[in-house]
Amino acid sequence: MTALLEVRDLRIAFPAPGGDRHPVDGVSLTVAPGELLALVGESGSGKTLTGLALLRLVPPPGRIEPGSSIRLDRTDVLALADEPLRQLRGRKAAMVFQDPLASLNPVLTVGEQVSETVRAHFPVTARAARQRAEALLAEVGLPDPARRYAAYPHQLSGGMRQRVMLAIALAAEPALLIADEPTSALDVTVQAQVLALLDRLRAAHGMAVLLITHDLGIVASRADRVAVMQAGRIVETAPTAALFRAPAHPYTQSLLAAIPRLPRAAGGAT
Amino acid sequence: MTAPLLEVQDLVVHYPGGGLFRRGAPVCAVNGVSFSVARGETLALVGESGSGKSSLARTILRLQAKQGGTVRFGGTDLFALRGRALRAERRRLQIVFQDPASSLNPRMRIGDAVAEGLAIHALAPRAEWPARVAALLGEVGLDPALAARWPHELSGGQKQRVAIARALAVEPALVVLDEAVSALDVSVQAQVLTLLTTLQQRRGLAYLFIAHDLAVVAQVAHRVAVLYAGRVVEEGPVGSILTAPRHPYTQALLAAVPAPDPSAPPPRLLLQGDPPDPSALPPGCPLWPRCPHPARDAHCQAERPALRPVGPTHAACHHAGPAA
Repeated sequence: MTALLEVRDLRIAFPAPGGDRHPVDGVSLTVAPGELLALVGESGSGKTLTGLALLRLVPPPGRIEPGSSIRLDRTDVLALADEPLRQLRGRKAAMVFQDPLASLNPVLTVGEQVSETVRAHFPVTARAARQRAEALLAEVGLPDPARRYAAYPHQLSGGMRQRVMLAIALAAEPALLIADEPTSALDVTVQAQVLALLDRLRAAHGMAVLLITHDLGIVASRADRVAVMQAGRIVETAPTAALFRAPAHPYTQSLLAAIPRLPRAAGGAT
Repeated sequence: MTAPLLEVQDLVVHYPGGGLFRRGAPVCAVNGVSFSVARGETLALVGESGSGKSSLARTILRLQAKQGGTVRFGGTDLFALRGRALRAERRRLQIVFQDPASSLNPRMRIGDAVAEGLAIHALAPRAEWPARVAALLGEVGLDPALAARWPHELSGGQKQRVAIARALAVEPALVVLDEAVSALDVSVQAQVLTLLTTLQQRRGLAYLFIAHDLAVVAQVAHRVAVLYAGRVVEEGPVGSILTAPRHPYTQALLAAVPAPDPSAPPPRLLLQGDPPDPSALPPGCPLWPRCPHPARDAHCQAERPALRPVGPTHAACHHAGPAA
């Protein structure tokens, strides 16, 4: 099967005194249609910048170096002009970030933000976009979606905001969802709900997911493969079970050894 | 058995409601919490956002007012103290916050930041400060040469070690660790947890360890108190709480933690929805609207359960049984 996403030798440069720094320094990875690849690393490893680069969202003065290649669904992302790039964002790949409050527009209702995305990608009437937006809000499990359509982001809890972000991401039916620490800001019981939702949406839409995270716990039970990133490079890529059972790279070994673990005994049977 | 070092009884912390003229309902952050910490012991306070754990910490340090209850530290009622006497007790009670970047003064060199407590409490003549600072930095595993550096030159883990050194400088009996390792990368977190354990053994420190991460709690706590909606819903030895919890909320909390192990069963979703709004708490048991317990009934909705002994722990649930 051909890859949905194929990244070759991605390098991102930031100007610094004494010459450019490369926080992403030769990353190559692939994601197959419907696959969940986890990109795992600690802060500063370059995992977030890698995710941003896929949609050409690297913040200036950072720039993607010549020689890098990003192909998404057979499109050369780095060669696109502005308008086709706009169409690619959302339609081919959509992104969900850690902090939904910072990603949502505070002066538009959440429903307006979902229907805005629908209308940006499909030639539909305002009325049809609104219906589609309500259906999306219902699909992501927002309680009472018809009423919540008119809610502003600050009126929702963190878990509900992240559900709205997922509705926006789904609005253009992307083939790839890039989820950057989607549950790191959420409480553990809310995190479990949002991750279950992500699993359900992925199954229903056959979406591929690039899950960017520092938390190997949320990776273990859902990723098909794991890529471990350190200092701008991918040091190891392996199927999830193999990576946890026999990590090959010393950094992966130390990362796995450092995870605090719960004692699992009687384990809260109800 | 000697008296506990820290004894909190029926503590209540409410904030005035929002809105124009403060006419909104008050936010009931802490609603009658009691616990104690013995010398040399680590009590973990566990809860999700809005559970009241940070309000509790701030109130214990008298950084904010309470609406009811008592806080006794070394037998002294902290809220009865003023001025010099309060300052003297505060020396024995220190706190380390989650974000060391914002708790260290960016315009103060590391050495001066660590020496500040020595100066405020007049614990050593100025000539001795450099040697004291060097010893403290060494004790938290830092190179004493870092004393000449600025906070921005240090990594997150180094800054949190400096914050710990600052707390230790005034020789406290109890350190409140408010999500003190939550912002650190997992490899750095493991090192800081080891450091905290070593310091506790060497100095006989007591910790009030406030955290949301149960796996971290498993490594450092002796006892655990689980907070929900401003109340302790279960309290007991760490082993019992983490392997055989009796309260349905503790069970749900543990079940929601994803195991870093592909062969482990997937997390079970026992709770739907969000924790209650602290300005509109449900009557009766605060967990009632979300409770996964099969025996949940009208009694839960009508009457708030009190903490009672259930097996090796204390749980605030009408239906918690010795065999969970």
